[in-house]
Amino acid sequence: MKDTKNILLVGVGGQGTILVSKILSTGLMEAGYDVKMSEIHGMAQRGGSVSTQVRYGSEVSSPIIGIGEADILVSFETMETLRWLEFLKPDGVVVINDYKIPSAPILMGKVDYPEEIIELIESKSKTKVINAGEVAEKLGNTKVMNVVLLGALIKSMNLTDIDWEGVIKSQVKEQFAVINIKAFNEGMNAV
Amino acid sequence: MKVLMTGNEAIAQGAYEAGVHFAAAYPGTPSTEILENIAPHKEIIAEWAPNEKVAVESAVGACYAGARTLTAMKHVGLNVAADPFFTMGYTGVNGGMVLISADDPGLHSSQNEQDNRYYAKMAKVAMLEPSNSQECKDMVLNAMEISEKYDVLVMIRMTTRLCHSKSVVETKERTEVPIRPYTKNMPKYNVSPANAKALHLVVEKKLTELEKFSNETDLNYIKWNDKKIGVISAGVAYQYAKEVFGDSASYLKLGFTFPLPMEKIRKFAEEVETLYVIEELEPFMEEQIKAAGINCIGKEKIPNTWELNPDIVKKSIFGIENATIDYDKTIAVGRPPTLCAGCPHRAFFYQLSKRKDTMITGDIGCYTLGGAPPLNAMDTCVCMGASVSMAHGAKKVFEKNNDKKRVVATIGDSTFFHSGMTSLLDVVFNKGNTITCILDNRITAMTGHQDNPGTGYTLQGDNTEIVEIEPIVKALGIKHIKTVNPLNQNDMKAALDWAYELNEPSVIISRYPCALKKYSKEDLGEFGPIKGYCYVDQNICIGCKKCVSTGCPAIVFDKSIKKSSINKEQCVGCELCLQVCPVKAINKVGE
Repeated sequence: MKDTKNILLVGVGGQGTILVSKILSTGLMEAGYDVKMSEIHGMAQRGGSVSTQVRYGSEVSSPIIGIGEADILVSFETMETLRWLEFLKPDGVVVINDYKIPSAPILMGKVDYPEEIIELIESKSKTKVINAGEVAEKLGNTKVMNVVLLGALIKSMNLTDIDWEGVIKSQVKEQFAVINIKAFNEGMNAV
Repeated sequence: MKVLMTGNEAIAQGAYEAGVHFAAAYPGTPSTEILENIAPHKEIIAEWAPNEKVAVESAVGACYAGARTLTAMKHVGLNVAADPFFTMGYTGVNGGMVLISADDPGLHSSQNEQDNRYYAKMAKVAMLEPSNSQECKDMVLNAMEISEKYDVLVMIRMTTRLCHSKSVVETKERTEVPIRPYTKNMPKYNVSPANAKALHLVVEKKLTELEKFSNETDLNYIKWNDKKIGVISAGVAYQYAKEVFGDSASYLKLGFTFPLPMEKIRKFAEEVETLYVIEELEPFMEEQIKAAGINCIGKEKIPNTWELNPDIVKKSIFGIENATIDYDKTIAVGRPPTLCAGCPHRAFFYQLSKRKDTMITGDIGCYTLGGAPPLNAMDTCVCMGASVSMAHGAKKVFEKNNDKKRVVATIGDSTFFHSGMTSLLDVVFNKGNTITCILDNRITAMTGHQDNPGTGYTLQGDNTEIVEIEPIVKALGIKHIKTVNPLNQNDMKAALDWAYELNEPSVIISRYPCALKKYSKEDLGEFGPIKGYCYVDQNICIGCKKCVSTGCPAIVFDKSIKKSSINKEQCVGCELCLQVCPVKAINKVGE
C-alpha cells in the first residue's frame, strides 16, 4: 500500500541484524502497524553478506523491498552499503556504520578494501555516519553495536514515540537490558 | 494473542493448535525451524530422522496408527522421500497427515530450484499454498481437516521467502484430537499389486471430489476490483502481485492449488478483460489453465528462473522500473561465505588440497565450502550422500582407462548417516578402491546445529545412544579405518599418506567438533575446551602468506608491510596457522 515504509538493514553474517529487526518489528507491531520482516538463513550466514528487511504501514503485502524502494538503508558494515545502495529511494537516507570487515579476497591480500566509500555515498545520498563500534566499546561490550545502530535508525525514521526501552527489555536477556538501552540511547544521540 | 512469526514458526504453531501428535523431519534450509519450533511442545512427539525418507515413513506409520502427523523437508528432501510420498497418494490416511515442502526459489541455500508443486500433481496429493504467516498457521488445520475428510495426504508448499519472513499471526490454544483407532486393513495399507490396482481407482475418485472441494472452498477466493485486469496467483507471489496491482485489478487468490478450481477459474476469466497468472518458478497453474482452453498471460512475461519479487512483476507486466541512485556497484568487493575461523574442515581440506592427481567428490554441508578458494579442494557436489558412491563409479572408470588417479570422497557425519552408509556398502560390495573421508564435526552444522544419531541427544533434548561411525564403517566391510584429529596436521597428513598407499578401500574419520558448537559434556570429556588465541610476531613473519592460504577469516594480510596479523576477536586458537607457518612466527597465548 501507498503508506508502507521500507527499512533495509545490511551487514555481514553474525553482526546481529536479525536481533535489531526483531526489536524493530515488535515495536512497530505493538504500535499498531501491520509489519512484515524478511531475513536470510543458511549458507550466506557463514560470513557472507546479509540483509534484513522490515516493511510497515496500514497494510503490507510483499515481505521484500524492491530496488529503489527503501526509505532508509542502515549498513552495519561500510562496504556493504555499496552492495545495497541501489535499493535506496533516490531521496532516501543512509546510516553507515564506520566499521570495516574485510571479506575473503581482501583478507588474502588479493584486492584492497575500497577507499573513500563514505565520501562516495555522501555525494550520492543523504548520509549519516556513525562509529557504532567505538560507541559500543565505550559502553564496555562491542556486541551492542547493533543496538547503537537501531537507536540511530529510530531517530532517523522519526519513530521516537514508541516505547523502545520496553520493547528492548522484552527482547533481550535480563542481564543485557541495561547496556542495550544505553546503546540504544547513544545511537539516538549520535545522529 | 498477536505475535510476529516466520512462516516456519507459524507452521509449528499450527501443528500445535491442530492437535498434531507426531512430527518428524530431517533438517534442511529453509524448512529446519519447523521441527525446532514444534519440539518444545511436549504434547507432540517430535523427532529428527536420519533422512527425509525415514522421516516420512515414520510419519506414515504414525498416521496409520491413528495420529495426526506432520513431516517437513526442503524441496530436494522430497526427492529422497519420493518413494513413500507417492505410495501415500494411493493409501490415504488414518489420522490426518500433512507434508511440508519448503522450496527454495533463488537457490539461497540449495543445489537447484525445482518446483515441488509438480510433485503434488504427479503423486495425486492435495496441495495448499499459504501466502503469509497467518495462512501458514491456519492452513495446517485446514490441511488436517481435508486429509481426514477426504482420506488423503495433504502437501503444504512453502518457499524460502515465506519460511523466513515474519508477519503478524493470531495464536490460539491447542485443540486435543483423539488418536484414531488402528484397524488392520490390508486393501488400504498394503500396496501389493492387486491392492494398489484397486487403490488407483479410489485415488481418481478422490481427485474428482477434491476438485469439487477446490471450487467450493473459501481457500480459493475472488476479490473484485476493476475488471480490466484479472490476476490469478498463489503463495508469496500473490503478495507481490498485490504490491504491483494494488486495488486496480481483480484477484482470484488460490490457497488450494491442487486440484485447481477450474470452474472458478473459468468464471473469473470470463469476467475480466486481461488475465494474468502470476506464479513463482514454473507455469504450474498456467499450463493447466491453458490446457483447459482458458486464455491467460503467464510465463511469456514473468520469468521462470530465480526468485520472484515485486520489481520483476512490475517490469515484466508494465515495463516500469523504479528510479535508483546511479553509482558503480562493482566497487564493492565480493563477500562469499567462508568456513569459520577454527573450523576443523579447514584443517582437513588444507592437507587434502596438497594432493596431486586426485579427484575429490564432495557432498552437502558446510564442507562444500572446501571447494572455494583458497583451498579449492573439491571437484563435485551433487546431492546428499553422492560423494561416496560417485567416487566409486569414477574410480572404476579411471581404473578401466588405466588412469592412476586417486578418488577421495568427503562427507559430513550427518550426511553419512543420511545416505552415505548405503553408498559405502556399494564401495565394499563392488570391490572399489576409494578413500572415503568422513568429516565428523559432532553436529549437523550447516542448518544451524541440529543433533543427529552421532551426538547422543534427541530433538527434544533427551539422552540417547551415541552411534559411533567407526563400528558402522567396519560392519559395512571396510578393513582400513583411521580416526584422526584434523587440527593435528602431522596426524592428518600421515592418515592421507597411509590411505594413498593402500590398494583397497579405506575410511578416514576426521573427528573434531564444529568451532561454533556448544560442547556437550561428552565433547568436553573427549576434546576439552579450546582456549587462547594465536598471534603473529611480525618481527619474524616473512610475508610468505602460507597462513593466508588456509583461508582463515581471522587472518589479515597487510599488503603495505607484507605481514600477516590475526584478529583475536575471531581466532579460537585452533593452531592450524601456527602449524603451517614455516618460520614459527605464530604463537599462542591465553591457554
